[in-house]
Amino acid sequence: MANALAPQKTMTLGEGGLALTFVALALLSVVVAAKAHTPEYAFHAYLFTAASIASVFAIINRYYERPAAKAPLTIDGKPNYNMGPVKFATAISMFWGIAGFLVGVYIASELAYPVLNFDLPWITFGRLRPLHTSAVIFAFGGNVLIATSFYVVQRTSRARLAGDLAPWFVVLGYNFFIVIAGTGYLLGITQSKEYAEPEWYADLWLTVVWVTYFLVFLATIWRRTEPHIYVANWFYLAFIVTIAVLHLGNNATVPVSLFSPKSYIVWSGVQDAMVQWWYGHNAVGFFLTAGFLAIMYYFIPKRCERPVYSYRLSIIHFWALIFLYIWAGPHHLHYTALPDWAQTLGMTFSIMLWMPSWGGMINGIMTLSGAWDKLRTDPVLRMMVVSVAFYGMSTFEGPLMSVKVVNSLSHYTDWTIGHVHSGALGWVGYISFGAIYCLVPWLWNRPLYSLKLVNWHFWISTIGIVLYITAMWVSGILQGLMWRAYTSLGFLEYSFVETVEAMHPFYVIRALGGLLFLIGALLMAWNLWKTVNSAETATSASPALAPAE
Amino acid sequence: MSLWQKHAIFEKNSIVLVIGILIMIAVGGLVEIVPLFYLKNTIEKVDGVRPYTPLELAGRNIYVREGCYLCHSQMIRPLRDEVERYGHYSLAVESMYDRPFQWGSKRTGPDLARVGGKYSDDWHRDHMREPRSVVPGSVMPSYSWLEQTDLDYQHIAQDLKVQALLGVPYSADMIANVAVEAQATTDNPAAADLLKRYPKAQARDFDGNPGRITEADALIAYMQMLGTQVDFKLYDDKANIR
Repeated sequence: MANALAPQKTMTLGEGGLALTFVALALLSVVVAAKAHTPEYAFHAYLFTAASIASVFAIINRYYERPAAKAPLTIDGKPNYNMGPVKFATAISMFWGIAGFLVGVYIASELAYPVLNFDLPWITFGRLRPLHTSAVIFAFGGNVLIATSFYVVQRTSRARLAGDLAPWFVVLGYNFFIVIAGTGYLLGITQSKEYAEPEWYADLWLTVVWVTYFLVFLATIWRRTEPHIYVANWFYLAFIVTIAVLHLGNNATVPVSLFSPKSYIVWSGVQDAMVQWWYGHNAVGFFLTAGFLAIMYYFIPKRCERPVYSYRLSIIHFWALIFLYIWAGPHHLHYTALPDWAQTLGMTFSIMLWMPSWGGMINGIMTLSGAWDKLRTDPVLRMMVVSVAFYGMSTFEGPLMSVKVVNSLSHYTDWTIGHVHSGALGWVGYISFGAIYCLVPWLWNRPLYSLKLVNWHFWISTIGIVLYITAMWVSGILQGLMWRAYTSLGFLEYSFVETVEAMHPFYVIRALGGLLFLIGALLMAWNLWKTVNSAETATSASPALAPAE
Repeated sequence: MSLWQKHAIFEKNSIVLVIGILIMIAVGGLVEIVPLFYLKNTIEKVDGVRPYTPLELAGRNIYVREGCYLCHSQMIRPLRDEVERYGHYSLAVESMYDRPFQWGSKRTGPDLARVGGKYSDDWHRDHMREPRSVVPGSVMPSYSWLEQTDLDYQHIAQDLKVQALLGVPYSADMIANVAVEAQATTDNPAAADLLKRYPKAQARDFDGNPGRITEADALIAYMQMLGTQVDFKLYDDKANIR
């Protein structure tokens, strides 16, 4: 009668329901592929079919392999953390990061040497540029955010990640979105909204994934055994919730047909411009800032083993940051046909935003109080602290550039590109690298292969960043000044193409800077590969982890 | 009991925290976006702006597809050098039928808001084929395949229908007579009809190859109309002070 005592293995509603949903999606996408208006769209429909069928197999296979009972929430009183999806997202973020940096170096070289476009539609600058931005922001940054958020919410709640298949659906579904978006750009499928280029069907898919992400995160918080929600989780929540709102608002489109990849946005002209930069600036504010501040609030205190500098500062700068950021969008539209009142509001709030931004920087850097000596000995911590310093620098530069008179010079030039990259390479890149250097040894329970290599990574990529942003400052300000230069007789001094030709040396320097950054990331990948594949396990100093699925 | 301790309500209740976040992020967006839909001075009242012809719309979709907006803005700012270099500063009304807008954010190449009529069709064709043949210092990629690719306009009526649904004044008559051929070929008898529906539309072969309607035809037709709809000899900027 042992059978009666052991739990009967039954397929859960989640497993059965999800498998059936994927069967339906596979059928639908076959029909769409057959009737698609363009071969590019048919290709995407077939990708959906293949992914759906693979998912059905994966779900059924997992059902046969898994034990009958659900994974316990705790083992011997300790939380039974679910680190499988975290491991996957961490590993793939490195892959996407290197791919994104590589494309960045390539398009930078295309601007210096246009022959590199090779007359091929798929690799022209116009198609590769969204591939670069999406690969680094959404593929690299997004996977780092998903990995760290799933890690941090479990550790700080002392609870197992909610959901059984749901966390895997989030991680794999998100990366499938990346594949659809990226291949779409190469094939010319884009709605031309910067940082929101994927078309309607990719947007719908992302919406489903993102809502699941939100629910998994929230339900894990509900399971917490700590009374308070840790500050990092406030920032993760603000990031997840706000990105959902922005995504829905900026991608409100009507498809031409179920069988066409093309859609038209419900907003038009000036209103569409405002909605786009409400989205665009807050993709910076909530994806690239709030989410990565959450990383800062967990990994810096953890790494330097000091408490967060000020609890009160974290409260003030959290609410001030999310309130003020949303207003800053119109500074992308200074002197355009957007009404003046909106431009002025955008500028005013952008300047005010300086304060909560620096509140975050101060809270991050001052957390090192009493542990400053570690900057000398721990290059991982140094990377994270320098990242916060870059955050402080670019959040000072941003408000400066949002002042209308400054913007009249800087807008449309490379200065903007330089500004973005001091934030992206310095802040987002370095805090992510720091977090991954912490996470991989923790997750795989191995000591980091080489701190010396981290040191090399740090210095090579720092030189890369400095080359990049100084080249863009010079080229941006130079071009802005050349555009408005007049001769003594009152004529415009330079033709447009003369200002393009003057950019050449700076485009070469920029590409070199990007190349150094890429080399640093390759060193990192090698270092992590050796770490994961080493036979040695970490000493007991690092926290014991439950085996991942 | 200090005020700081009151914050515990957000830290202990995830739903309260989420609601707090939603309220904080709602304010700025609502204040800046919603009035643009009802304040009458957001979009000037000017004659001449019409929806795109089917060929221009197809060309615009190629402009979007190739990511032209990543290097070319379509928004002339009211600054002395820009007005002298590119022409009258851009009006909101000039992009009122743009879905999505193409104002851009970077000028690796020049602004295109008023490029219409500035260069000949031949210049555009040569420039697409090999930019450095007409502008030696250019860093633009070649788009030579556009003039070799037939334009796919099989479903363009559906595009007009969706735009009409969204409020673009495409009449049933316009949707029924999409007549891309009428605009992209020489001496087509239907061209006169097209001009009645779309005033100032230019009807001719654009890419120098009258036998085919190519993607280059559509793109050049779009570029040749950019910024030409409003007659600035008649435009009174005092009437539209905002």
